[in-house]
Amino acid sequence: MLRLPPYRLLEPSSAEEAVKLLTDEPGEAMLIAGGTDLVPNMKHGLFEPKTVISLAKVEGLEGVSDSDAGLRLGPMTTLADASQNELIIERAPALAQAAGVVAGPQLRNVGTLGGNLMLDTRCRWYNQTYFWRKGLGYCLKKDGTLCHVVEGGARCVAAASNDTVPALMTLNASAVFLGPDGEREVAIADLWTNDGIVNKKVSADELLIAIKVPPQAPGHHGTYAKLRRRDSIDFPLFGCAVRLDLDEKGTVSGADLAAVALVARPMRVKGVEELLLGTKPGSEAFDQAVEEVAQLAYKRCRPLDNVPGDAEWRREMVPVYVRRALRSATASSGA
Amino acid sequence: MAARDIHGPKPPWGEHFQVIGQGHRKVDGPAKATGDAIYADDIVLPGMLHAKTLRSPHAHAKIKAIRTDKALALEGVHAVITGSDLPEYYGIIPWTPDENALAVDKVRFIGDEVAAVAAVDEDTANRALELIEVDYEPLHAFLDPNEALGRGEPQIHEGRKGGNVSKHVELDFGDVDGGFEEAEVVVEGDYSFHGTTHGAIEPHCAVAQFGADGNLTLWSSTQITHYVQREISKVLGIGPQHVRVIQPCLGGAFGGKSDPFSLEFCVSKLAMLTGRPVKMLWTREEVFYAHRGRHPAQMHYRTGATRDGRLTAVDAKILLDGGAYSSYGLVTTYYSGQLLTGPYHFPAYRFDSTRVFTNSPPCGPKRGHGSVQPRFAFEVQLDRLAEKLELDPIELRRRNFQGDSTETINGQRVTSNGFLECLDKVEAASDWKERRGKLPFGRGLGVAGSMYITGTNYPIYPNDMPQAGIQLKVDRSGLVTVFTGGNDIGQGSNSVAAYLVAEELGVEVSDVRVVAADTDLCPVDLGAYSSRVTFMVGNAVIDACRKLRAQIVDTLATTWECDKKRVRLMRGMALDLEDSERAITMREAFQLTEAACDTLGATGSYNTPKLGGDYRGGAIGASPAYSFTAHVVEVDVDCETGFIGVKKVWCAHDCGRALNPRLVAGQIEGSVYMGIAEALLEEHKINRFGLHEGPSLLDYPMPTTLDTPEIEALIVESVDPEGPYGAKEAGEGPLHSSIPALANAVHDAVGLRLTDLPFTPAKVLRALREMESAAGA
Ligand SMILES: Cc1cc2nc3c(=O)[nH]c(=O)nc-3n(C[C@H](O)[C@H](O)[C@H](O)COP(=O)(O)OP(=O)(O)OC[C@H]3O[C@@H](n4cnc5c(N)ncnc54)[C@H](O)[C@@H]3O)c2cc1C
Ligand code: SF4
Repeated sequence: MLRLPPYRLLEPSSAEEAVKLLTDEPGEAMLIAGGTDLVPNMKHGLFEPKTVISLAKVEGLEGVSDSDAGLRLGPMTTLADASQNELIIERAPALAQAAGVVAGPQLRNVGTLGGNLMLDTRCRWYNQTYFWRKGLGYCLKKDGTLCHVVEGGARCVAAASNDTVPALMTLNASAVFLGPDGEREVAIADLWTNDGIVNKKVSADELLIAIKVPPQAPGHHGTYAKLRRRDSIDFPLFGCAVRLDLDEKGTVSGADLAAVALVARPMRVKGVEELLLGTKPGSEAFDQAVEEVAQLAYKRCRPLDNVPGDAEWRREMVPVYVRRALRSATASSGA
Repeated sequence: MAARDIHGPKPPWGEHFQVIGQGHRKVDGPAKATGDAIYADDIVLPGMLHAKTLRSPHAHAKIKAIRTDKALALEGVHAVITGSDLPEYYGIIPWTPDENALAVDKVRFIGDEVAAVAAVDEDTANRALELIEVDYEPLHAFLDPNEALGRGEPQIHEGRKGGNVSKHVELDFGDVDGGFEEAEVVVEGDYSFHGTTHGAIEPHCAVAQFGADGNLTLWSSTQITHYVQREISKVLGIGPQHVRVIQPCLGGAFGGKSDPFSLEFCVSKLAMLTGRPVKMLWTREEVFYAHRGRHPAQMHYRTGATRDGRLTAVDAKILLDGGAYSSYGLVTTYYSGQLLTGPYHFPAYRFDSTRVFTNSPPCGPKRGHGSVQPRFAFEVQLDRLAEKLELDPIELRRRNFQGDSTETINGQRVTSNGFLECLDKVEAASDWKERRGKLPFGRGLGVAGSMYITGTNYPIYPNDMPQAGIQLKVDRSGLVTVFTGGNDIGQGSNSVAAYLVAEELGVEVSDVRVVAADTDLCPVDLGAYSSRVTFMVGNAVIDACRKLRAQIVDTLATTWECDKKRVRLMRGMALDLEDSERAITMREAFQLTEAACDTLGATGSYNTPKLGGDYRGGAIGASPAYSFTAHVVEVDVDCETGFIGVKKVWCAHDCGRALNPRLVAGQIEGSVYMGIAEALLEEHKINRFGLHEGPSLLDYPMPTTLDTPEIEALIVESVDPEGPYGAKEAGEGPLHSSIPALANAVHDAVGLRLTDLPFTPAKVLRALREMESAAGA
């Protein structure tokens, strides 16, 4: 077995205490939720925190609550719970679906929503052991100076691979962080940068304390489509979430599309709503609009050779999965 | 009784079997299911040290210098060894010893072993590895077998004849050119098979202890205890009588544990140097570097036939990418040609097979050693032939059936042969006649057949001793202990030994204890490879039991003053068939016999008859019995994505006799699973830097239960005249034809001929588009 590097484990019982511990050791401490991303990364020598701060005993980070402001999801809610939660299934079906196709069943039992949002970017040249990366001569993201995906590239393009993020973006969800200076709330769509080394505008001493999903339109429909080789375990080779709001007449009154496993940031495909607005699922106009959305996505989404799988084929799959997502969205349960 | 005595396929008592043919549990099933089973890594000894290996980050380089002093100086480090501590060459095939436990003067692939450290714990050992300084002089790395074939310098193994060629075999049988002249149709094509690996769930692990008495004990996750004992003795320079190799419970092997491996020599040497027990457990990544999996193969086939579909000649040219060392390569090269000559009659056959060295993890014997790749190519050739001749592919195969009790064109003796029944079964079960060629576009059925060896008469190192030996100890408690050198690697060979004893001696399976794979305690068996264990160990068990049985029956007949024919041993009881008053337990029967005959025990053995063609290499691939298989695969091709969905696989396998049908079905299912995985998902690939593409179980995508098709295992029992009760192998054969059957099903579904494995959706989609545009043009 690969060995974990030595570290000190702390188990605070409150969010404030956790933030205090993070600020005490700037750059040396990391949070751990389910550990399904952090532990393999530590074993691969990608992160070498001196201190690991467990969120297991922190009060108030788990569970799903409901209010006029929408759903409030604790970051420590496991993916298994999120995928089976009645409220999420009903109000945010794309999120329930996405949580239910992350990794495999065992990993979903420990992996959390918060950990998924905060997931490190992924790359075939990076998510490897220290020995392997040494044989390669390392890369820009860790220990090296070259990028092997974009030759001569000066910026890391490791892929955002968090399955739940496209769903959260289409739901206009926001994240609440607690830092040394108090709480801040930020739209999840605004969280990202183009830099694969650290693709989130979140500082190392901030703790995610909640994910907020605002109330959706009465005729909300949503779905998540994921491309992968195996039907379980695998990270997305492409993933897209769609939102389709239907009015009382059943015509589209709102729509959105977001995707992952392309570049460093999860991507919202702009202009989707305009194409679909006013069409009615089942009609020719809708089918036409779906095709236009698929082509738009094809134009906008250019998978790179950053994650496994033929990049050209992954691009060919973009319109296919967008089409499939849009078609099945109308079949999904809406509030 | 002489080693070669065959006891025939009949039940030992009367017409019916008592134990054989029923679905018993594996003897070690409960221990494995509850976690009681002890695997190599479960072994912890007092004062035990942990060892780790330093590996080469270069694909091909000279070692100019190694400095270990800093590592040795680290607190907690007990010993550091390098190539010069173990300079003796070894290799599983005695003719090609080209491996060192640790690189002596050069490294040949990324991951090649360079040094080993024993320390108080793994973390300290890992830290010490970082302190070892190695000066390398990188050499040109060969990553393409074609380049290695054409370019002999720099040599991966210096001083060998033939540049970077590891083995070349060219054989022809019959009038090949005449056969093609006679042919009314000829099908010709190129095929390629990629590298795949075993993926056994247990990584390799070894623990060594060197006693004050000068005896070395090595517990190792190996499937070849006997050969490991020989090689350890040779490399460490201690007499084999002082080397005890024990195989603990094993978490799968599939051919990946059938070479002697670096870690076994390193822990032994380190234990001798430190006087402490030493353990080494490989990481998953290290297992990928140790590899010995399927050889990537580039193949060209020409197949000639008459208009009514009878084969006239077959011609093959094969290039095998062997990786950095020989391993079983000599045998692989022969197998790639020698094992194709059934279940069909070849009037003329030629093959030209070359194995080259490259700077990648060494290839070796993965389930279906050497013959899975050619079988893929040939069975697709047959499908193309059927297409050309407008013949049903099953019918074409029937027409070419070689029959039983025959000899192949390359001089292999075929005894029982249930191939036609295999074809019948898959044809009926899949509703072939009604559905093949008639399903909607995207769905299709494909068929393929194959043959495989049940052990071979080539014993790796030439000797006249038995291939399998057995000792039985019979106890007054009623317990029978079987000592077997056979390696149970999960396939259930220990269970089979217990079932056979129970059948022969009339005891309950639970009253048989199996002591296996311990070279101090057990008579030699050559190991779990070439699908030989059930056949050879099974025959040896029966041989030993018959001797004991004679003693028991004689004693009872004398005691009861009755004819021997009246004595029956069954289900834990000894009976007089004609006097119901006379019924005693087997425990009592054993006690009576022990009193009459002295301490009870018996030995038994098995050796193959002389087999094989009278030419160089004629014995390689010559088996005492061949198994036969037919597959029908049903696919659903998604033309939008290129994904091939396997809906169902029907696999009929002729295993001679199913000693335990549950175990046979398990082997069939496991084989199908593995074959489909190779066809669609798994790829052991070395990238442009010479690095393994993804040496982890995340990046090497073995199918999950969700990705595994429904499998129907159909058992065919041809009852072989020489197998134990007629049994033949079941562990490797049922893999072969799954892959071409899948390829042929894709053709039925969408009209596409897939010849380049693996069938990734990207490739399939591209090929579909090419086909469409060709049709449109
Ligand atoms: C074999 C395998 C397959 C996988 N497949 C997928 C997949 O298909 N799709 C996918 O999306 N993921 C996949 N994952 C990754 C991972 O399992 C999931 O993303 C999971 O949701 C991570 O959650 P966690 O609680 O385990 O995170 P952790 O590993 O505990 O944390 C991940 C990161 O988030 C940070 N973090 C965690 N909680 C907080 C918080 N409250 N505030 C601030 N920072 C925090 C941690 O410091 C760390 O950097 C896979 C992992 C493995 C091992
Ligand atoms: S994208 Fe380039 S820099 Fe980033 S992880 Fe991959 S190889 Fe490294």
